[in-house]
Amino acid sequence: MNKSVLYITRRFGFYLIAAFAALTLNFIIPRLMPGDPASIIFARFKGKLKPEAIDAMRESFGLTNDPIFIQYFSYLKSILKGDLGTSIAYFPAPVSEIIGNGLGWTIFLAGISMIIAFLIGTTLGIIIAWNRTGKLDTILPPTLAFFGAFPYFWLAMVFLYLFGFSLNWFPIGRAYGNEINPGYNLPFFISALYHAFLPALTLVFVSLGGWMLSMRNTMISTLGSDYITFAHAKGIPSKLIMLRYAARNAILPNLTGFGMALGFMLSGALLTEMIFSYPGQGFLLLQAVQAQDYPLMQGIFMTITLAVLGANWLVDIAILFFDPRTRK
Amino acid sequence: MINNKNIYKKSILTRWVSGIIVNQKAFIGSCIILFFGVLAIFVPPFIQSPTDFLSTPLSPPSSDYFFGTNGQGQDVFAQTICGARQTLFIGFSAGILVVIIGALIGGTAGYYGGRIDDVLSLLINIFLVMPGLPLMVILASWLPPSPATLLGVLVLTGWAWNARVIRSQMMTFRNRDFVSAAVISGESNIRIIVIEIMPRMLSLLASSFIGASIYAIGAQVGLEFLGLGDVSTVTWGTNLYWASNDLALLTESWWTFVPTGFCIAMISFALTLINFGIDEVSNPRLISERLWRNKIPKNKITHGITPVSNSNE
Repeated sequence: MNKSVLYITRRFGFYLIAAFAALTLNFIIPRLMPGDPASIIFARFKGKLKPEAIDAMRESFGLTNDPIFIQYFSYLKSILKGDLGTSIAYFPAPVSEIIGNGLGWTIFLAGISMIIAFLIGTTLGIIIAWNRTGKLDTILPPTLAFFGAFPYFWLAMVFLYLFGFSLNWFPIGRAYGNEINPGYNLPFFISALYHAFLPALTLVFVSLGGWMLSMRNTMISTLGSDYITFAHAKGIPSKLIMLRYAARNAILPNLTGFGMALGFMLSGALLTEMIFSYPGQGFLLLQAVQAQDYPLMQGIFMTITLAVLGANWLVDIAILFFDPRTRK
Repeated sequence: MINNKNIYKKSILTRWVSGIIVNQKAFIGSCIILFFGVLAIFVPPFIQSPTDFLSTPLSPPSSDYFFGTNGQGQDVFAQTICGARQTLFIGFSAGILVVIIGALIGGTAGYYGGRIDDVLSLLINIFLVMPGLPLMVILASWLPPSPATLLGVLVLTGWAWNARVIRSQMMTFRNRDFVSAAVISGESNIRIIVIEIMPRMLSLLASSFIGASIYAIGAQVGLEFLGLGDVSTVTWGTNLYWASNDLALLTESWWTFVPTGFCIAMISFALTLINFGIDEVSNPRLISERLWRNKIPKNKITHGITPVSNSNE
């Protein structure tokens, strides 16, 4: 028991360091650029923005004449207070407020599609590894590898074109219907699911192959172990061997991979949101890029990084539950 | 396996080439890459310039313009072919750089171990866990748009995965007898790493390079699609950027983005095939599995037949 607590605390310490590194990177990047960030901002926004907006931007970055250490500490202080500066694109709204509005949608879309892809992919991997000489094993891996080769956002464009614009089966933007009142009511949930269906489908489609292949490969090597042969010899029903004996062990690398893939999947979700005009972080990021809204961009980077780190920690706890070796 | 006996007498290069030709997947993949390579390098001077205004914007494919024209009245066919140049060049260069940096950092961490490994592993893990796209977006938007910026951003966000894989491979080599023998006989560490160990990691390095290139091409196209590349150049990413900027979906002009996307997918699929091929050639478990498959009649096996047990994984 104590070992588990130690393990979880150690992992938490690592994520704390990683979060700190991301914060520092976020602070350093503008200051490492050729020329100083203040003059870059002035050059890019001269004539485009009101002077008070430029001042707000300088303030967001803590670009004062103080020595860099003092700037750094005041930056850390404001981040800890949840102050991410002022947005340029949505001036004068604070960045934290804008991000807060879109965060739920991203977690909803990315979370749902990741879990679905993981479940379906892992199940398919178990099945095709078990029936390794069957037709499925010769057809599925190359097909899914082929679809996995398309860029996320391009497949999203094609899906949107086919099912949204040409066939009119699905909505072409937004997260819920225009006329619907957001809140805890049934029409809203149905509308939200209906709007999320197509973006989620693209995400599941592209990422399915990876889960399936890695599950298949570990499953095959697990099936070759002696304890599986022994289980067969004892006459244990094959279904039990497949699920309780082999799959239970083979799923561990996939679970670790789940944490690793989070960041990658989230990046895909961001791009997909942009295509579907889905009002999450990706859509915000696109607007931030187009308006060169640096505070918003960096706020999104911080938020997403923290979300990924937190989710990774949860995955670590899940692994503790599934893998007794980590408890020893 | 029996006729592979004298394969080890040949040089590494011929062994690789013959391995790729024999393996069906790797062969098909290499042919596709070669095809696109030739297309990108030699064909552009002979076709329509991709930046000329030719005909009514967004005219559908016809006998004059195979892939139609885009929102600027430019030939999509020419853009697709010329776009391959920079995209593939940056993609493969980033792939090489990522492997070099991954081998340096991961190799050092795995070989020396101890304190050095602790620090480098921490660095690797931090970069691994950080989400790539937002970081790339920030870097690319602060830096001036240019191919060098793209390359730098791709390498900075992509090296960690390879470093991790190479590190763990290096750690298993570090404990092998031939390395201990080399250490005792007084060889320098650098020599052991470069001369003794690296050649044995060739297949890992090759597949790392291919994986990194797939990543670099995809991420590059994504960044350019967001408008973070130099939008005045013709690349696959900017093709898609202009397609979406000229409202390809609203105007239902699918020909402006379908050819480019298809080419990107063909490239990554071909690279994936080569990686499967390398795995099949160099992974003993898969070799023996294939041999067994040939001996046992199809559809007769219901459970594990892999004859090599693996105790380490």
